[in-house]
Amino acid sequence: MALIEVEGVHVRFGDRVVLESIDLAVPEGEFHGVMGPNGAGKTTFFNVLTGRVKPSRGSIRLAGEDVTGLRPQLIAAKGVARSFQIMTLFDDFSARENIMVGLPAFRVRGFDMHRAASADSDLAEQASDILAMVGLTDRADVRAKDLSYGDRRALEIAVALGQNPRVLCLDEPTSGLGTDGVQRLSQLVSQLKRKLTIVAIEHDMEFLFSLADRISVIHWGQVIARGAPQELQQNEWVKRSNLGRFA
Amino acid sequence: MIATYQSDSARLITPTMMWLFLALATVPLWIARIGLYPYLGIEILIWSIYALAFNLVLGTAGLPSFGHGAYFGIGAYAFGLCQFNVVANLWVCLAAAFVIAGLAGALVALFISHRRGIYYAFMTIAFGQIFWTVAIKSHKVTGGEDGLLKIARLPADLGFASIDLAGNVSFYYFVLLVFGVAVIAMWRLVHSPYGRVIAAIKQSETRAAHLGYNVWLYKASIFTLSAAISGFAGGLFAMAQLAAFPDVMSLHQSGYVVMMTLVGGGLVSFWGPVVGVFLFLTARDVIGALTNAWMLYFGLLFMAVVLFRPEGVAGAVAAAWQNRSLYSMRRQGGSALRLLFGGGRWR
Ligand SMILES: Nc1ncnc2c1ncn2[C@@H]1O[C@H](COP(=O)(O)OP(=O)(O)OP(=O)(O)O)[C@@H](O)[C@H]1O
Ligand SMILES: [Mg+2]
Repeated sequence: MALIEVEGVHVRFGDRVVLESIDLAVPEGEFHGVMGPNGAGKTTFFNVLTGRVKPSRGSIRLAGEDVTGLRPQLIAAKGVARSFQIMTLFDDFSARENIMVGLPAFRVRGFDMHRAASADSDLAEQASDILAMVGLTDRADVRAKDLSYGDRRALEIAVALGQNPRVLCLDEPTSGLGTDGVQRLSQLVSQLKRKLTIVAIEHDMEFLFSLADRISVIHWGQVIARGAPQELQQNEWVKRSNLGRFA
Repeated sequence: MIATYQSDSARLITPTMMWLFLALATVPLWIARIGLYPYLGIEILIWSIYALAFNLVLGTAGLPSFGHGAYFGIGAYAFGLCQFNVVANLWVCLAAAFVIAGLAGALVALFISHRRGIYYAFMTIAFGQIFWTVAIKSHKVTGGEDGLLKIARLPADLGFASIDLAGNVSFYYFVLLVFGVAVIAMWRLVHSPYGRVIAAIKQSETRAAHLGYNVWLYKASIFTLSAAISGFAGGLFAMAQLAAFPDVMSLHQSGYVVMMTLVGGGLVSFWGPVVGVFLFLTARDVIGALTNAWMLYFGLLFMAVVLFRPEGVAGAVAAAWQNRSLYSMRRQGGSALRLLFGGGRWR
């Protein structure tokens, strides 16, 4: 049994069908890449996976349990974390506090109204560990909105990592990063590989082809091709879009 | 600066609180000498509790509530009605003010907590108007426009002793004590994990939900709590006025607490609402003694703040004090205002 099992997911907005029928099975520990042209519905697929959008048909199972249509907070509580293509940070919080709020240990104290949040050094330490993983240690006390673009991208992923997830969904994590940034991200992801199940939407083919175990190509609302990077290079769509040249 | 802020946030009583409480304790000794009355001090303290409670919703949660007077008023009626119909005990009647206003707030929260921005504002206004209309029309219960009269300042029964609060000075000290407790409790609240989650939700509901927080429940609970504390302040206000009137529930007077909070700088400072209440009520008594148009001047000040100084008076002072750039404060206040009135961010 795969950890994530998606069957026949169909999404429409009004009379516009965005996802016709998506099937996907991701075994535990796999790094699964998702690619496809702009507007193919990749982010929408993540939105379904993480409870933001209810599919009009189809089902999603997590470790065998049906989670179709559950609210985002319930899916998050089951260990699914995501980063956002359009950065979604707590802009007035420091980098450290952005992560702290996402820690499971913080969440269970979410209705604690009388102890100061800053007094808990255990939470701060957990956050510091995550900051170190993404190379933001010396930016810990800088407000998110005052961070550089690259640092904000790193924080975007760090917040999701802080959730200590089983499944990590990354929506275009390299977007807007320079070569240095992409390199650092590659290192981070190779460290995380196998410890976590990762699903990543990416346009950067070099990044995806060098790291992913398998890749699914979404187009016309369906998965039009799937396989290991080497297999995919033979795929017509991949060839035509001249994206397989890096592998 | 960050270090000071963090250690302050973990404190039960901060140095600022100490100085403020001490200064307030001296007020009855000199206020008459400058031509004002202890009653003004009572009003400032009660409205400060109310405005601080209101700012849990406006400033901390970023939710524009423009009908908050309803809960302040409901608390006042609840205090009076409890005194006449249930038991004339100070603690019971204040608890009734807290609970009844909280229930009214919870009822409204059920209907509005999935909203944000301008839609949220409209719905709070609509519910505020409903409560206000009910208060005016239920002549038999509330006394309608004539008000619920002859409310007594009940003595503070401590079991072994009973302290008379009928005089303005003793009542002032009682209210100061309550103010102190309320300030400490709300300071704790905004710096607690709960308060930080609320602040996170204000910045991004989307992210908070995907971190596992039930955004609706948090928004509903902070609104309910704010309504309850506002009602508690309303109970004190009924004691101060020896009556309860519907006018504090009107849209017009609900606007006062919004103005006070924004002028004071509630969007960027915990103390903003208190500063705003002080300025508003002092202006009313001092400038109001000279001209009937005092409200016009305060209104102009309000507009100036919204347009040029969204960080408010407290924000400007704090920035000067901490020598932080006024620009960054203004950005913070400005983005807070946009969040409130621009429908919020939804990605
Ligand atoms: N909530 C919504 N309401 C209506 N239409 C939507 C909604 N969300 C997405 N869409 C539409 O669905 C289509 C797919 O969008 P989506 O963001 O999933 O694409 P994508 O594959 O992530 O594209 P990109 O590579 O540009 O990020 C787009 O045409 C978009 O306009
Ligand atoms: Mg996308």
